[in-house]
Amino acid sequence: MMTNHSLRKQCNLLPGSLITGKWNKNPYRIQQELGYGANGIVYLAESNNGQVALKLSDDYSSISSEMNILKSFSKVQGHSLGPSFFEADDWLKNGRPIPFYVMEYIKGEGYSAFIEQKGDSWVGVLMLQLLSSLDELHKQGWAFGDLKPDNLIVTIPAYKIRCIDVGGTTLFGRSIKEFTEFFDRGYWGMGSRKADPQYDLFAVAMIIINSFYPKRFSKKGDGYKQLNEMIKQKKGLHPYSKVLDRAVKGQYQSADEMRHDLLGILNRQPEHKKVEAQSTFQGKKNNNSTSQTRSMRKKRKKKKRGLLETLILAIFVSILYVLYVYNQFL
Amino acid sequence: MNMKTGTLKQILLITDGCSNQGEDPAAMAALAREQGISVNVIGVMENDTIDEKGLQEIESIALSGGGISQIVYSKQLSHTVQMVTRKAMTQTIQGLVNKELQQILGNSTSMEDLPPDKRGEVMEVVDELGETSKLEVLVLVDTSASMKHKLPTVKDALLDLSLSMNARMGDNKFSVFVFPGKRKDVEKLLDWTPKLEVLTKIFPKLTTGGITPTGPAINEALGYFHKKRSLRGLLSHDDESFFEETV
Ligand SMILES: Nc1ncnc2c1ncn2[C@@H]1O[C@H](COP(=O)(O)OP(=O)(O)O)[C@@H](O)[C@H]1O
Repeated sequence: MMTNHSLRKQCNLLPGSLITGKWNKNPYRIQQELGYGANGIVYLAESNNGQVALKLSDDYSSISSEMNILKSFSKVQGHSLGPSFFEADDWLKNGRPIPFYVMEYIKGEGYSAFIEQKGDSWVGVLMLQLLSSLDELHKQGWAFGDLKPDNLIVTIPAYKIRCIDVGGTTLFGRSIKEFTEFFDRGYWGMGSRKADPQYDLFAVAMIIINSFYPKRFSKKGDGYKQLNEMIKQKKGLHPYSKVLDRAVKGQYQSADEMRHDLLGILNRQPEHKKVEAQSTFQGKKNNNSTSQTRSMRKKRKKKKRGLLETLILAIFVSILYVLYVYNQFL
Repeated sequence: MNMKTGTLKQILLITDGCSNQGEDPAAMAALAREQGISVNVIGVMENDTIDEKGLQEIESIALSGGGISQIVYSKQLSHTVQMVTRKAMTQTIQGLVNKELQQILGNSTSMEDLPPDKRGEVMEVVDELGETSKLEVLVLVDTSASMKHKLPTVKDALLDLSLSMNARMGDNKFSVFVFPGKRKDVEKLLDWTPKLEVLTKIFPKLTTGGITPTGPAINEALGYFHKKRSLRGLLSHDDESFFEETV
């Protein structure tokens, strides 16, 4: 892989080192290294306004692209997916500029480590949160692109999922530039690498699968068949199988739609009761207790609406009646 | 942004070691670069390692060809091929943009000298061009004996490359050559086409040869670009007009 060996050699910043920007002159005191990836090293640093994450890179192109994406998100109201952007500058090291940018420090635990500690029951809930954030992002016309556990942080103590590394974020209709094979729709032969909502939803399905296969696996032959087989082989994945199947096949129109189905699975109990209450009302027995299909739920909604209409009509008629009686009385 | 997009031309050389016949491949790569064609090299390893001499050759071909080189285990080939192609595109566009900047802002200016905000704006243009430019990739596959069992992986990597590139908004053309050819140094497998799927049928039938005439192969590949582009002239001439409407 292309990792940043040269940058590593150049700047192994020790805690306590001071970095001051050449342009804006803001000082940052390095506290510790948070991690490093293909495009640079991220440090935790103390600024005049508290703790921040600072990313150093010697690749001007990738750091500028990332910065652009972070900036455009910071303009979006109520964004909650990526870290907010603070500023970009250059650090002069022995007269040579090394570009860096400063962003919000997202404090928490990596997704995989979190699940390992807290257990599988968190998978569904965290994915609900992720799908809400994705829906927001998609409404702005962007796909996240490189969605994977390594890019997800569960903040503590709020237990809210956030994304770091927005480098793969891509406008709908354009090509995904950064991806990781296991989470990539194209790799599994399930579609193109053009950014659309379904590209991200495929990755969400793979994150769920990865949660039960921490070691991942590589493709052998027919991707769809293999994924199906792998889902069958893990009991923990069975409740999700319908949602996973639809997401893998790209059948969800939006993150919200997938979220809705996932919620249906996680809410198994209350859903069940509702159905029974309704079926007694209709004088029918409903045996389908575990997994409801969307069409059924839709029907139920329609029935509910019908009930509401009857009620409104009844009230309307009684008001008319009261008015009539009142008039008669006068 | 209204931009005139040119065609980016690349040779992608996939090999596992040293050439042993004909001209110095680095010199041929330099020749390519002179004509606005960048040469990228991917060295494929199995469990064996590439010897020091092979490693040096791979690096020097890319260096003199104005491209990128990367050594990988065959397992990572797919991901690497598309990444190298993309990085090389960005590098070429970046080079052209830098040239343009120098014309406007004076000779010593490059992207690094700009304040970060301006750099971001320049990068937006680079990203835009990377998405919309036409791309021509001539793939040169080393089919000397030691490559034989790596060829299925090479095929998969090339299919993956077309998947990645065809997701772009700009048009793509690929052609595939192997060396050594049956009678010549290099043999055409696939003429310019946007789709590489046909390779699935052609690749399994490939026979492998003993010699590795990398230099002559690059040279012949160049001729193939010439023919296609003789009407429009060389990219290096296009350069000037390439960004006329950009900045
Ligand atoms: N805003 C942030 N807050 C906390 N940790 C971060 C932040 N950004 C990055 N990190 C840490 O740094 C690591 C590498 O950063 P990343 O942006 O993924 O690098 P790259 O894009 O070069 O692969 C991450 O895995 C994460 O642990």
